[in-house]
Amino acid sequence: MDHLTILENKSIFIIREAYYRFKNIAMLWSVGKDSTTLLWLVRKAFFGKVPFPVIHIDTTYKFPEMYAFRDEYAKKWGLDLIVGSNEEQVSAGMGPKKGSKLDCCNELKTNALKQIIEKNGFKALLLGIRRDEHGIRAKERVFSPRDDNFKWDYENQPAELWDQYKSTAEEDNHFRVHPILHMTELDIWKYIKRENLPITGLYLSKEGKRFRSIGCVPCCNPIESAASNIDEIIHELETTHTSERAGRAQDKEDAYTMQKLRSLGYM
Amino acid sequence: MEERSLHLVIVGHVDHGKSTLVGRLLFDTGSLPPEKMEDIKRVCESMGKELDFAYVMDNLEEERSKGITIDIAHTFFMTKKRRYVIIDAPGHKEFLKNMISGTSQAEAALLLVDISRGIQDQTLRHCHILSLLGIKQVVVLVNKMDLVDYSESLFKDVEERIGTVLAGLNIKPSFIIPLSASKGENVANKTEKLSWYGGQTVLEALDSFSTLKVEEKGLRFPVQDCYSFDGQDIAVGRVEAGSLKKGQEVFILPQKSKARVIEIKKFQEDDMAVAPTGDCVGIITEGVKLKRGNIVSDDTRSDITDTIRANIFWMIDKEYKLGIPLTFKCATQEVQGRIERIYKRFDPAQLEVVENDSSVIMPAEIAEVEIKLDSQVTVDKFSDIPELGRFVLEHAGYPVAGGIII
Repeated sequence: MDHLTILENKSIFIIREAYYRFKNIAMLWSVGKDSTTLLWLVRKAFFGKVPFPVIHIDTTYKFPEMYAFRDEYAKKWGLDLIVGSNEEQVSAGMGPKKGSKLDCCNELKTNALKQIIEKNGFKALLLGIRRDEHGIRAKERVFSPRDDNFKWDYENQPAELWDQYKSTAEEDNHFRVHPILHMTELDIWKYIKRENLPITGLYLSKEGKRFRSIGCVPCCNPIESAASNIDEIIHELETTHTSERAGRAQDKEDAYTMQKLRSLGYM
Repeated sequence: MEERSLHLVIVGHVDHGKSTLVGRLLFDTGSLPPEKMEDIKRVCESMGKELDFAYVMDNLEEERSKGITIDIAHTFFMTKKRRYVIIDAPGHKEFLKNMISGTSQAEAALLLVDISRGIQDQTLRHCHILSLLGIKQVVVLVNKMDLVDYSESLFKDVEERIGTVLAGLNIKPSFIIPLSASKGENVANKTEKLSWYGGQTVLEALDSFSTLKVEEKGLRFPVQDCYSFDGQDIAVGRVEAGSLKKGQEVFILPQKSKARVIEIKKFQEDDMAVAPTGDCVGIITEGVKLKRGNIVSDDTRSDITDTIRANIFWMIDKEYKLGIPLTFKCATQEVQGRIERIYKRFDPAQLEVVENDSSVIMPAEIAEVEIKLDSQVTVDKFSDIPELGRFVLEHAGYPVAGGIII
């Protein structure tokens, strides 16, 4: 069995485990390459269907291309799309320039997500995070429990072996499930190519620059790149020495911003 | 370049240099992005320390300030031969469940021994865990040779002692290599100081390993779930052993009823002739309605039983007392039960039996036990079909032990 098929099977197994355990489940779709890959894997797991809601957390600072892509594929793939914003903070003018970046991410992403989970009573969320993205994400489990305060207890994570994932304990509010944790950035692009998946044009080079990781407009910087199609992106990644999230401003604020964000319930 | 990556775990006693070795492997293979190096330099300077490669893997604030690894991390590096996924496992006894979580994902292991301190508690404990988890490809790395002036005789001494320990656990190390991870000697590059050694460097040893090959075995397809889509009942699962063929007559275990595989399918692949080991597929069968926990098999050699004899390793920091209820999870089977007999228990750090016929298992101990289940399950011996011969025990929603069926 080839490398990409092994990775795909691992993801599909995890997605099906999560759906067996939690009927009240949803997935997070940021419209980026990773969660779009995850969405495709969900369709594969359920023979073309997506049997649960797909959540887009809208900070209102996303790229226009992302909104257009979201609406196009939500329609094409028949998704039950839930768009969630922290309305109160958005109206109050929260932004990366108003507070710290940590506050902005925490209010507009994490707290927006909290509101949606509470409103819908979701018991599990599928997320497209990967171990090679960030040192903190490398420490994650596939099934990661969160308590009522949404805290990630990274100092005391449950054991996880042989594809047996932790059952629900009394104090578990919900689970974060990570079906593509084992994939690398390069795997994702090779898989996108093999499966001929759609992606937003933001990843492709225009006038010598492209985005390697996308999120909110004010906190994303493009990289110098001539890669204007997927083959060229794959070639670029095979030779690069820069890390994927180098253009993401929230990671840079201090050495542990990502850890702090994640322990508060960030994706 | 091989297409598949090899999963490698680095184990050993605390402070024997695991995280430093990982940092060194990444650095010497050119796998560290320059800004990550800058980041590490900045952290080290802010803490008033010399450049320490351990910070590549130790990302949590607590890990850096305490200078220990708390949880596993994964990272990636590449040689000319293949890609590697490195799993850095913590060396403290209190983080044993994290070490086991990491090691269970590995195809090969690097066991580090600090030559200035020798074989210590977690060295022995980790040797046992490698043996129980069935890790066959093991390299022993005798680290910190710079601290003993690159002494050949001290190396020979440790080589003999660790070889004896591993032989007792049925592990034959592929290589035993002297090195200094912090100085970068014998990791990617040879050094004059160890000219008496003449064997492989760490990278050469790694490149000699093979990724796990799939062996020909009887079919085991544990049913994961059943969907009803477009008027069809599809049972989904992963082929854990052997292969599944269209038209095949199969047994549905544990009840041993017969059925026939009419269709095998994936999304956009409606009519597959065969699904190999590792493939996640849906099947449509004739004869029996399948449900989660059923094992689809092409033979009846599995044990159908409510009594399991196994070696278990206790992972949490609270002891087990006979009779406490447990959940037994093996492949997609999940049954309630309890341990009824503890034949013997021992502390793997001491290499001796603590007690025979015990009524308790203490934290981080290994025990040979009999588990009584509320209903029958389908299992194989770990040595025959590992996927159906290993299990996890949970109590109140928490994994407390792993086990292998003997």
